[in-house]
Amino acid sequence: MYASGSESLIKQAREIQQEELRSFYSKICKLLQPQGREGGDTLDCLQRLRLIVSAHKYGRTLPVDLLKRLQDLLCCPSSPEQLQVLSSSILRESIAVCEDRLALRDHQDGRTVSYVAVVILAQAACKSELTGLCHHLLKSLECWQPDVQVSRHVLPILSRVIACSPHSLSEDHVNLVSRKLVDWLRYASVQQGIAASSGGFFTGPRTRQPVPVTEVDGTVVGDFFTVLCVGQGFTEDQWMNMYAFSMIRKWLLTYDIEETSSGDTDDKSEVDGSVMSMVSATSSSSRMLPPKERLREKAFEYCQRLIEQSDRKAAKKVDSDLQKACLVEAVTVMDIICKEDASFVYRAFPCIKALYGRISGDLAFSRTLLPIAQFYLNHSETAAVDSEGVFRQLLFSFPADLFNESMLAFEFTQFCRANMAVLRERVTLYRQSFPNLLKFLAWNSPALVSEYVELLPSLLAPETAIELLHSLLDLPCLAAALDIQLRAAFYPSSDRALWDQGGRTTSSLEAFRQPYYRGMFLYILRLEAGTGDTIDRLSMLHEVLADMVESPRVVRCAQTVPVLLHVFFHAAVQFADRKLINQLVLVLLERSGLLLSVKNYKMEVQRVFSFHLLLLCKLQPSLIMDLSRELLDFTGATTNIYHKEELYTHMVWAIGEYLRVGHDSHCTVEHITTFFETLEAVLFEITQVRQSASPPLYSPRLITVLMTTLAKLASRSQDLIPRVSLFLSKMRSFTHSGPVAACFGEEDSEEILTRAQELMNLLKLPNVAQFVLAPSAQGSSPRWHRDSNTSLPLSMQVLSGLLQKQTNFLPG
Amino acid sequence: MVKCFLIHTLCSVSTLSPGETRILYSRVFGPEDLQSAAPDGELHMEERHLLQKEKLALIARQVQSACSLWREALGRPPSEVTLGGESVALQEAETGVLRLPAGEPYLEECFVLWLGVHSLGFTMVCEPHENLLLAEGTLRSLAGHCLETLRLLGPGSEVLLKSDRIEAMLHHLLPHGQLLFLNHRFTQCLGKELAACIGK
Repeated sequence: MYASGSESLIKQAREIQQEELRSFYSKICKLLQPQGREGGDTLDCLQRLRLIVSAHKYGRTLPVDLLKRLQDLLCCPSSPEQLQVLSSSILRESIAVCEDRLALRDHQDGRTVSYVAVVILAQAACKSELTGLCHHLLKSLECWQPDVQVSRHVLPILSRVIACSPHSLSEDHVNLVSRKLVDWLRYASVQQGIAASSGGFFTGPRTRQPVPVTEVDGTVVGDFFTVLCVGQGFTEDQWMNMYAFSMIRKWLLTYDIEETSSGDTDDKSEVDGSVMSMVSATSSSSRMLPPKERLREKAFEYCQRLIEQSDRKAAKKVDSDLQKACLVEAVTVMDIICKEDASFVYRAFPCIKALYGRISGDLAFSRTLLPIAQFYLNHSETAAVDSEGVFRQLLFSFPADLFNESMLAFEFTQFCRANMAVLRERVTLYRQSFPNLLKFLAWNSPALVSEYVELLPSLLAPETAIELLHSLLDLPCLAAALDIQLRAAFYPSSDRALWDQGGRTTSSLEAFRQPYYRGMFLYILRLEAGTGDTIDRLSMLHEVLADMVESPRVVRCAQTVPVLLHVFFHAAVQFADRKLINQLVLVLLERSGLLLSVKNYKMEVQRVFSFHLLLLCKLQPSLIMDLSRELLDFTGATTNIYHKEELYTHMVWAIGEYLRVGHDSHCTVEHITTFFETLEAVLFEITQVRQSASPPLYSPRLITVLMTTLAKLASRSQDLIPRVSLFLSKMRSFTHSGPVAACFGEEDSEEILTRAQELMNLLKLPNVAQFVLAPSAQGSSPRWHRDSNTSLPLSMQVLSGLLQKQTNFLPG
Repeated sequence: MVKCFLIHTLCSVSTLSPGETRILYSRVFGPEDLQSAAPDGELHMEERHLLQKEKLALIARQVQSACSLWREALGRPPSEVTLGGESVALQEAETGVLRLPAGEPYLEECFVLWLGVHSLGFTMVCEPHENLLLAEGTLRSLAGHCLETLRLLGPGSEVLLKSDRIEAMLHHLLPHGQLLFLNHRFTQCLGKELAACIGK
């Protein structure tokens, strides 16, 4: 537990005075004299020094003599390990500016090499600073003997070096390491090593009969040594076997890739090509292979053996966990090898298929199924193997049964991300399964939202776009339903009393069990697209789920929906045709009010809808005519103003902007008049002023947008101009009435009046009004700004000049 | 390979603003984002040092917020520690994983694996192409070792003063950031070596 004591300790370490620090440094220097370093005081002081150099984000520079002493301590093989640990970590954390950098010497023992390497790696600023280290490592690898103690860490250090600078190794170096890896992986001893004995009085060094290592279930091994073999102790080459397998994936990924493009390997594959290696590529024949290919072969055999060994029942939990991790690694390494050399595919599949058959039924192995699925995805076509079963399980059973396994959810989405294009193209189930895939998101929403932002476009298809949109909007319902599903499984229905005590939460849980609501829950929790449709009963589901709307999981889930909606619309318009766009707009209108009432959810969704409504109208202005009946219904209902003002305002603006012959040749005066009359009635209704009336529940912007739209429509059907002018002239009495003035305030009222006046003035010159209120579609094109004779600013200037004159002529 | 290992707070610390965390221990394995040419001098070293620390702080903050969101979703109140309950605490620990997109803050995409034990977070940043199942097991065992040898759930400050124990532990169980496939016997052998090193 973090205590205030620790906080004050950090403060002290940070604020230590220069004077005090100097004397502390010199004290440590004295303690680190070559003789008598090992005192308890030394340990204590070094621990404090470690805290002082690491307490602040700004590094400390140590004095040169202290650095020297620390380096000596680090490099001296006779120093106790604990002091080496401290000195390497102090040197690592401080800003060391020393003339002679640490150098590795041949005679140094393995332990010291590893601690020195820590400092060299930490302070390297460029790749060239690693060459010395690299050469030392390769040299010690070259002269490695089972009985000569070199650093066991030589492979971990090497893989760290190649991680930051893969080109430090020449082709010869790579071959050398490959040969060594083969030796350790495939030919490590199968006898037990001497256990690091406790050195008791009676256990003298006596020659014992060699004891073979065992499998994890205790049987004696019948084949070569792997990390799944146990013994009392391990020999050096068995240790190297473990380190070698731990780095093999990285090694193959780094050095097994480039080579295949060169010409001569093609020739070789002719010789020992698919037929040969399918029949027999035994270890005797593989002796002839060049080191890299030999390593491939041996690594492959190692993985096959691991897969076999994972079938054994481990006596310890540590080992059964290791078996799963080994399966993941083995299948991945086989996948890497098969990618490089397709002839391995035929040898790998029987093994992979058998493994899949063995573990597919066991959910405990779910995470090991992901690399298997990857293998099928990469190679099933080459080997003409049917992969549908694998993907069916992956896409249907995983999200449905294991949505609450956060690690699996993460790995699953990474799998989809990495293979988006292939899944979309080759696995037909992928896009169908989106209702199921969204379960991971609904349950783990904040953690996975950025992954789904990337995935969503790949799930989108013209046939399922509408359903996907509904599913996104229902995402909070899905989160709630999953929560209920889990709880329902947790409290069996026989224990009614138990879950009844939950108070508020019971009703949705109860509903989940009732046959009447069953269909709705099944719909929300469905696995596949295109099955069932209960949109008409959605509001009932929302009522049932009312007790879940404050659940943190549902709230967080609802917060992610607007982001995904943006992604959805941006992706959908890429391929949407006229029909689909019309459908999308209908869904916007329909669903804008039909949402789970999570805090702020409706408002946020309507904001996204409004934004995309305008984009859709701009993309396809004729939708106003296509959907005229629905739009009239929507804009004619004043309740929409009170519940969805944002969307309503945008809709009205779009009607004013796009309802004209220029955009749709079917647009007639009758259409314009119908829309005009509907909107006129709405404006009349909401601006009706009664003294008793409550203050308006909408913004002044709505009034100005409605007025402008009416003026626009009137300019296109000039019979309507007197009507709108009359209406506009009445706005003064509206804004001056008691409740309105109190609600809108001086400035807003002024805005409304100014706009009304401007529109009235414009409409006095119908031809000009038509030009200003409905600029042609080319209005936004750059030509207007370039061509000085037709530029919009110029036209506007002329017009405003004219209008000014007109108003001057008018009385008062 | 593992890029770094951190122990940091998940609770609010009185001297820090709410979103901040205190990093109690950090270990970065090896150089990151190396350049091919030698940069100049001392100033650069200081900058690199500062940059590295800021990256760690960024990761710790992200883990803190991920963990608090996770706990919020579970609807579980932060429970009190019972003394000697390290193994229980570890079993009940929340665990999760995050993706750090390329450039935020490392050049290549990375994965952050975290384990929240009460008010302490154990965090490991892994390179892509890493065996997450193995990494998760390793993180759990490292956290277990730390809790036990440093009595992290107690009121003391050993994590700050005895950091060499964590250092030695990482050196043996996660050498230079290499995740190891250790069966129970390998683990026992390494445990003995480790005990000999830290003088227990």
